[in-house]
Amino acid sequence: MRTLIFRTVAPYLASLMILFSIFVLLRGHNEPGGGFIGGLIAASALAIYGIAFGVSPVRRAIRFHPMALSGFGLFLAAIAGILSFFSGVPFLTGLWIYPSIFGVDLALSTPMLFDIGVYFVVFGAITSTALALEERERD
Amino acid sequence: MAGKTDYHVDLAQALVLKAPAAADYLVVAPLVIGFLFGAICLMSRKNTDRQPYIAIAGLVLMLAADLGLFWHVWQNGTVVMTMGRWLPPFGITFAADMLGATFALTAGIVGLAGGVYALRDVGRTGRRYGFYPFLLLMMAGVTAAFLTGDIFNLYVWFEVLLISSFGLLILGSEREQLDGATKYAFLNLIATTLFLLAVAYLYGTFGTLNMADISRKAAKMRETGPLFTIAVLFLFAFGMKAAAFPVNFWLPASYHTPRIVVSALFAGLLTKVGVYALLRVFLMLFPVERDMLAGTIAIIAGATMVLGAMGALAQNDIRRMLGYLVISGIGMMLAGLALGSETGLTGAVFYAVHSMVVMTALYFLAGIVGRRMNGFSLATAGGLYSQAPWLAGIALVLLLSVSGLPPFSGLWAKVYLVKASLDVGAWWLAFSILLTGLLTTIAVGRTFAFSFWRERQADDGEGSEAPAGTSGFVTASLVALTALTVAAGLYPEPLIQVSDRIASELLAPAGYVDTVFPPQGPQQTEVQSQQ
Repeated sequence: MRTLIFRTVAPYLASLMILFSIFVLLRGHNEPGGGFIGGLIAASALAIYGIAFGVSPVRRAIRFHPMALSGFGLFLAAIAGILSFFSGVPFLTGLWIYPSIFGVDLALSTPMLFDIGVYFVVFGAITSTALALEERERD
Repeated sequence: MAGKTDYHVDLAQALVLKAPAAADYLVVAPLVIGFLFGAICLMSRKNTDRQPYIAIAGLVLMLAADLGLFWHVWQNGTVVMTMGRWLPPFGITFAADMLGATFALTAGIVGLAGGVYALRDVGRTGRRYGFYPFLLLMMAGVTAAFLTGDIFNLYVWFEVLLISSFGLLILGSEREQLDGATKYAFLNLIATTLFLLAVAYLYGTFGTLNMADISRKAAKMRETGPLFTIAVLFLFAFGMKAAAFPVNFWLPASYHTPRIVVSALFAGLLTKVGVYALLRVFLMLFPVERDMLAGTIAIIAGATMVLGAMGALAQNDIRRMLGYLVISGIGMMLAGLALGSETGLTGAVFYAVHSMVVMTALYFLAGIVGRRMNGFSLATAGGLYSQAPWLAGIALVLLLSVSGLPPFSGLWAKVYLVKASLDVGAWWLAFSILLTGLLTTIAVGRTFAFSFWRERQADDGEGSEAPAGTSGFVTASLVALTALTVAAGLYPEPLIQVSDRIASELLAPAGYVDTVFPPQGPQQTEVQSQQ
């Protein structure tokens, strides 16, 4: 699959898809989207990049091992639950804060933190599977 | 977004407004700790030197949380917390009664012992393959399965522990392991699918998945709903998980393949989750169906225990023999479920706790024996008594304990079970319990005689002149578990008291139901000033 056209387009396509995955993730609270589908889109972005350039450029591009990213996601999700302990509400209750940044009211919440955790878990798990499969194929 | 509302909403109809007591968080603490430390281990995957200590710290905290929870439940009765603040049938409820708390505590002890044992047993490769993250996630899954109060959530935890166990099973990806893991995975997935089907039927019938809710609605549904069918499906699914007789062939096919510490934890924990689920579902949700199925369960129990012991007798590999002993023990616990009397259930719960500790310890022992003998085959075993008399002592304690001989913990459970069988005139069940004891004694006696008393078999010429020394970690975890079975054998009153209380709670599920659904309606007395 290493044609010139594909290799020229792949970086742009991959970065667009990553951007879109973040959009889908953040949109997910009230509208279709969310961490799971966002993570899948991000993982497919890396898969495209991997198909075009091979596995090691992808590994270099994401800096961390994909499994470590998965672990980070799990960690975030667990933290999202633990925060409820300090607010005296049952586990995993949604907690909201509304900081004003540059005059814009931003709604931040533990469900969002949890969803970001899901994003990373899915992203990491699917990416590491995809990379492992592509590596095998090349051998 | 869930912004600031100006209109009035009566939150008391939907939300728990009373702030939970700090101690109530203990009901979710073990699994949160498991996930948190599992995540940290996963992130520090490359750092194989530091990872074990993070994991051990996690397991210690988990055990502390289990202990705290156990104490809290013992003092104050069932502890309930519903996730996300929703009122019970809508939010997922976690409810720890004595049964859940006791099993979670025992699992915590066994898990910590496994983590310590693995410091030596699982080398750098195993750690790189992710032993510790899998261990912590499996522990989280097992503990959460014991504590959840929602049957679909129970399914989810089964999946969590199953997936982690797949990872543990193929650690190292050897041919034999993959072979065992395929059988294990395939048959377990069938069981899980059946479980899911049963849950779907249950939801279709009741419109709720909260176990307490099902329990209180079951009486009315019995006329119209296919409860018996659902109960049989559950029996099949959980029986398969627990390795009960006709559907237990995945266990001997897979338990001897992974690393010894993995086998030990599987033997100690995984089948017991199946037994736990059977106890929970049949005594709390379907007591009437349990009465109807009692005869069937009794036959399954008898066949499981006797055939398990016979299988153990026929094996030449120590690990395979232990696999059959696990099955035989499952038969004992099922006998308690079949009898369904308070005495019988006391025996079953006592046996479950005993079996979790002793089976794990036996696999640890097999690991040490195997390391010293360069293999697990009884044909080439021998000469261990002169090499390590202390090991022979521990082995004797554990082997007598598993066969239910005095003065160790296996005895008391069997006394209760035999008494309960004779109380209802099920002499043949009592007979099979005693026969199993005899067969087990022969099987383990044979193992002991071959590996410890017999002269060393000089089969391969060199005969391994330098037996690998036993590390302190390995010895410590083995000795700790052995000490527990000795303690429970010599001074069984506390455990009997606990088991007795569990049995009476199981036979009167109204107490559990009333804690989840207080009869006077949701207690919303301490309304916080929300807006």
